[in-house]
Amino acid sequence: MSTEPLLTTALNKVHRRLGARMVDFGGWDMPVQYSGPIDEHKAVRTAAGIFDVSHMGEIEIRGPQALELIQFLTSNDAAKLVDGQAQYSALTTAEGGFVDDILVHRFAADHYFLCVNASNTPKDFAWISSHSAPYDAEAANVSADYTQLAVQGPKAISIMQPLVDVDLGAIKYYWFTRGHVDGVPAIIARTGYTGEDGVEIYFEPSESERVYDRILEAGAPLGLKPCGLAARNTLRLEAKMALYGNDIDETTTVYEADLAWIVKLGKGEFLGRDALARQKEEGIRRKLVGFEMIDRGIAREHYSVWIDGVQVGSVTSGSPAPFLGKNIGLTYLPIEKTAVGTRFEVDLRGRRAAAEVVPTPFYKRVR
Amino acid sequence: MAYPEELYYTKDHEWLRVEGDEGTIGITEFASDALGDVVYVELPDVGEKFQQGKPFGSVESVKSVNELFIPISGEIVAINSELVDAPELVNNAPYGQGWMIRVKIGSKTEIDALLTSSEYEDFVAEQSE
Repeated sequence: MSTEPLLTTALNKVHRRLGARMVDFGGWDMPVQYSGPIDEHKAVRTAAGIFDVSHMGEIEIRGPQALELIQFLTSNDAAKLVDGQAQYSALTTAEGGFVDDILVHRFAADHYFLCVNASNTPKDFAWISSHSAPYDAEAANVSADYTQLAVQGPKAISIMQPLVDVDLGAIKYYWFTRGHVDGVPAIIARTGYTGEDGVEIYFEPSESERVYDRILEAGAPLGLKPCGLAARNTLRLEAKMALYGNDIDETTTVYEADLAWIVKLGKGEFLGRDALARQKEEGIRRKLVGFEMIDRGIAREHYSVWIDGVQVGSVTSGSPAPFLGKNIGLTYLPIEKTAVGTRFEVDLRGRRAAAEVVPTPFYKRVR
Repeated sequence: MAYPEELYYTKDHEWLRVEGDEGTIGITEFASDALGDVVYVELPDVGEKFQQGKPFGSVESVKSVNELFIPISGEIVAINSELVDAPELVNNAPYGQGWMIRVKIGSKTEIDALLTSSEYEDFVAEQSE
């Protein structure tokens, strides 16, 4: 373990005041739970939750060739974005794996804003910078300039509307706008990592405590609860959103991760395009699937996965699904074993338990 | 935090209630609080025998898996099957409805190795420092 002091968000004191249990999350001192992961998870599915996700990184890319640089480094087609629009994408390796999975926001034709995974921020910034020389564009790691809060759940929009000076109803899913939250200038995006409607807001850290408390106060009567990383993980898993480091990394390709929809081979040259085009032509050999435990027991990450007495992989994410009341997970299976209904076994610390490939996402909100 | 006086405790946070030749076993309130929401309990079968200090099952929260260690040697005479559908009993009533197993005690002299209520309370206080 590293002996470096933990990084803290601007809301560290608030989490402690709220009685959060804090953990070392990739070098950050973060709240893992407040009232409990099940309670928090259900609050987000039925009302709303507020998450401090300020550990997430932000990288700005500016310059006349900002788009060209992003197009070269990502697999999705950023040329389709207009001002105020966001896109899920992958920073790809030459082999078609993930340097990271990211959100690309277009501020202007020469100005983009990337939201990246906390623990990948230094790597991503170095990666982008190391490829930027041929382009008239520059990357800046602006992570320290932002507090990021996610307010998620069916009541998130009605809780947030009175606190902002923009019409949230006019912001479509995966669009954003600039406005004010309780008077503080903010980027307000209709994005999230829970499978629910909601917003993610980015603003200058000095006002963090006041803004957070204001949202909590406004939302509490409607059932909004402070939520930690444990609930964030179970929520994203029910929605089958990939977690970097678990479900995807540099060794898994975008196709294998079942994210073909963010690979746009037709957009032109990009890093990893050749490898991905080849893989598309030859077909992938394994694919990330969702599964449900048939036997009793909870599959967890790294547990081995078996078919006909042969180990075929391991669980990449596994957990109880608090809203669905099932035990679910994700794993890479050989492509011929990925059909819905395929049975396999998970080794639960010495006991083999049956699991079955199921349709994903496990949970889909009613729109 | 409750530390019922009539129970014996382990440093792994299990408790033992002795009634005649039988002992009832569960985890302490401190342990159930530390775990958070218990979502799954894996227990042995009736008839299995365990030596003092050996793992007899596991208790899982949303985030973690924790082994359970038996406070005293013996043969399992009952398990709390209610925990299959209601594992939250471990959180709600760790010393009552959240009990886990009942054993026929092999040797009562093993009790000497366990902590009393006040010793366990001191141990928890040290752990929390």
